[in-house]
Amino acid sequence: MTVGLFIPCYVDQFYPNAAIATLQLLEKLGVDVVYPKNQTCCGQPMANSGFEHLTGGCNKLFLENFSGFDYIVAPSGSCVLHINEHLHDDADPEAAHAVAHKVWELTSFLTDVLKVKELDASFPHKVGVHQSCHGQRGLHLSSMTETVCAEFSKPGSLLNMVKDIEIIPLNRADECCGFGGTFCVAEEAVSSKMGKDRVADHLIHGAEYITGADMSCLMHMEGILHRQGSNVKVLHIAEILNGGEHLQ
Amino acid sequence: MSSRDKILAAVKQNQPALQALPDVTPLVDTFPSSAEKFAETLAAIGGKAYEIQNITEIPVILGERDASTRVINLVDGLTIANAETQVGDIDPHTLENVDLAIIKAHFAVAENGAVWVTSDLLQQRALPFITQHLAVVINYDDVVGTMHQAYNRIADLDYDWAAFIAGPSKTADIEQSLVIGAHGARSMSVFILKQV
Amino acid sequence: MNLATKDHAELAEQFNKDENRVDWHDETLWWIRQKRDKAAHNIPDWEMLRETASQIKNNVLGNIHQYLLDFEAQAQENGITIHWAADAAEHNQIILGLLQDMGINRMVKSKSMLTEECHLNDFLAAHGIETIDSDLGERIVQLAKEPPSHIVLPCIHKKKEEIGELFHEHLGTPAGNSDPQFLAETARQHLRETFLTRRAALTGVNFAIAETGEFVVCTNEGNADMGAHLADIHIASMGFEKIIPERKHLGVFLRLLTRSATGQPITTYSSHFKKPRKGQQMHIVIVDNGRTAQLGREDFRNSLKCIRCAACMNTCPVYRRSGGHSYHTAIAGPIGSILAPNLDMEKYSDLPFASTLCGSCSNVCPVKIDIHQQLYKWRQVIVQKGYAPAAKKMAMQGMTFMLSNPSVYRAGGKMGRLALKYVPFAVNNGMNPWYKHRDMPNPPKQSFGEWYEKNRGGKK
Repeated sequence: MTVGLFIPCYVDQFYPNAAIATLQLLEKLGVDVVYPKNQTCCGQPMANSGFEHLTGGCNKLFLENFSGFDYIVAPSGSCVLHINEHLHDDADPEAAHAVAHKVWELTSFLTDVLKVKELDASFPHKVGVHQSCHGQRGLHLSSMTETVCAEFSKPGSLLNMVKDIEIIPLNRADECCGFGGTFCVAEEAVSSKMGKDRVADHLIHGAEYITGADMSCLMHMEGILHRQGSNVKVLHIAEILNGGEHLQ
Repeated sequence: MSSRDKILAAVKQNQPALQALPDVTPLVDTFPSSAEKFAETLAAIGGKAYEIQNITEIPVILGERDASTRVINLVDGLTIANAETQVGDIDPHTLENVDLAIIKAHFAVAENGAVWVTSDLLQQRALPFITQHLAVVINYDDVVGTMHQAYNRIADLDYDWAAFIAGPSKTADIEQSLVIGAHGARSMSVFILKQV
Repeated sequence: MNLATKDHAELAEQFNKDENRVDWHDETLWWIRQKRDKAAHNIPDWEMLRETASQIKNNVLGNIHQYLLDFEAQAQENGITIHWAADAAEHNQIILGLLQDMGINRMVKSKSMLTEECHLNDFLAAHGIETIDSDLGERIVQLAKEPPSHIVLPCIHKKKEEIGELFHEHLGTPAGNSDPQFLAETARQHLRETFLTRRAALTGVNFAIAETGEFVVCTNEGNADMGAHLADIHIASMGFEKIIPERKHLGVFLRLLTRSATGQPITTYSSHFKKPRKGQQMHIVIVDNGRTAQLGREDFRNSLKCIRCAACMNTCPVYRRSGGHSYHTAIAGPIGSILAPNLDMEKYSDLPFASTLCGSCSNVCPVKIDIHQQLYKWRQVIVQKGYAPAAKKMAMQGMTFMLSNPSVYRAGGKMGRLALKYVPFAVNNGMNPWYKHRDMPNPPKQSFGEWYEKNRGGKK
């Protein structure tokens, strides 16, 4: 099976380890991974700021880079949700729609397509799991505390396959971290307060690492942790599932 | 063109395509309809429930009352010393000093501890609100589980005014501290009459 | 607080200056959200109930013209007088007229967010008519000369000590007494006198039934009924979207409303008004005030399904940490942010951006309004109409240029990483809002693209 690897712009530039881990993990699971090098961004930063009409260039690039693949995988819930809902091409709407629905967030690709049942990974640490909103409420990566339904979690079930890991409980299992795209600077006071509160929840429960499926949330929380002089680190879930070997 | 005409015209022009009404029946039987369950729910919302076999138990449970306190008793067959039984023709403002009102309700709803009353049971609409304390008598078998069953039972009954009353009045507006007794009755007791 | 010129971000920043208070406000509303969760989880059919309510309201939107005619006809047959108000000014004028006709200059009011929207109290005061808000929370903010900050819990932003002070100043209670029981009892005595002496009572309308012409008013305090059953004239204000088709649909909505709002199974009183008391006048004022315009907006008309439970406010992490007043509009929070731009797009252009689009609001909405999707769509409309700040527009155009051109993107990214590494002060300074409370990410040696080129030989 061949997948096109779609890496969010800020992961490419600032958190390459998350992308490397994603690639290595997929390869370990027998997938042939191709990274189209002319990819840039899904367009979400503009769209969420009200400038969806400026995302034509990003849409075009995405279609150029990824049309040929049966599966496109990305280590990001929010980017995948954006593509699912907003990728379009006036010249060929059906084709764009088809591509939009071949894009998978990493953990859901692992559970729903590859149907991974075991992982060769060990991570003997206390880990807090942040449920990024777009992945959770948009892509249904896990059940939500607001809704009355059976509990499940795709990221959680994958983390449970990692040996010696201890997932810590949280007071608010799925409250937003406050990143929200340009919200993080346009509404800086509320954004950083939300991030601070989210971090505090992990800290009081003894987290050594905070993980999740979206690097944007983790980047925001990491910024707060560093400012506080904390030793707690953030790691994209791909890095833990991949065994953390590149961390050595 | 009157505002009425303008509004209705705009509504007609702007309303979307019609979507069908859903069927409510799948929701109907999803809560136990027992008097016991009702009593449990009522207690949880600050009311008191008493299961009785005979209506004569009520004055005993209510206890001795100072003869100067004003009681309105609208329950046929119930005798309460010094109680008034006719308040239909008076000015409701004069009910201001009523300490206890005892009324019947048609039925109770187990899922939320409410009883259903219509104005014809009350003689004065203000009565259950203006009284300091409210007592209600229902029959043991007149309990439904959910609000769907309640409205099925009410059906297309014609009334002037009606209400679900669920426990004593309350507020939590001051820092979410629950205070029982806001502007309506300070307490509510429901007597569940299980005649053998 | 002068709300006139500030937007949500500025007002929220002010709110956040007192972190302890923000924590208190946030935790209080989170607790209410948890009570809602508990109530919802006790109803195994909860999600089906929401879906049913949503479908009923969808049906209402598509047939509202007929339902309004049915409601009017039925209500009139029952002896109720129906008035129609195109806008807030007309609503206020109608009520003034009714009171003046009866020579009344004092009125008692129970909670009606519509009257907040219309600024009724101020209008009546300007015409010499005193209005007393009888809901305890509303009375408190009335004494404080503030608008309510939450549509169900009007003074959730006030601490009991502050309320105690207000009561001391206006109602003569002992200074320093902040015991909720004592303060509530004081309010009971004070307002009882109001109920007993006012000849006019105004209430809101929670639900208006097209089938029967009756309307339902829900309270915990009993204040709507105390006012209405003692008054010579009962006026009910309603937005036309409060219509529901049949009486039996109340079963669905009354099960959802209070559980969503406070976690209670039902309000103490669900009062069904069908006919006036003998010798009493009953009037309903049906109001448009922008609702027909919203009805015509394909992307936003579903906001008219709202039953005003405020579950969206309680769950919103932004609302909890910025407070209702930071939305500078009668109805705040997520629902307010999709209703207000319809009323005045420029004035409320900031509100749809006061959100991370987390989606929690849509999940708790008992009538399944797609709130977070509407927030996103309003952003597009607002920008297209030209209400985006110039700086943001420029930044977005710059970003678009960079992200539409792979080589520019790669070069830009590299420059950013180099800047962070070698001239961090260029980025880590007071001009960078991110930097206020967060460190910037550490620049890695290479981007993933560069790593891939080196390690996978640029496979394509």
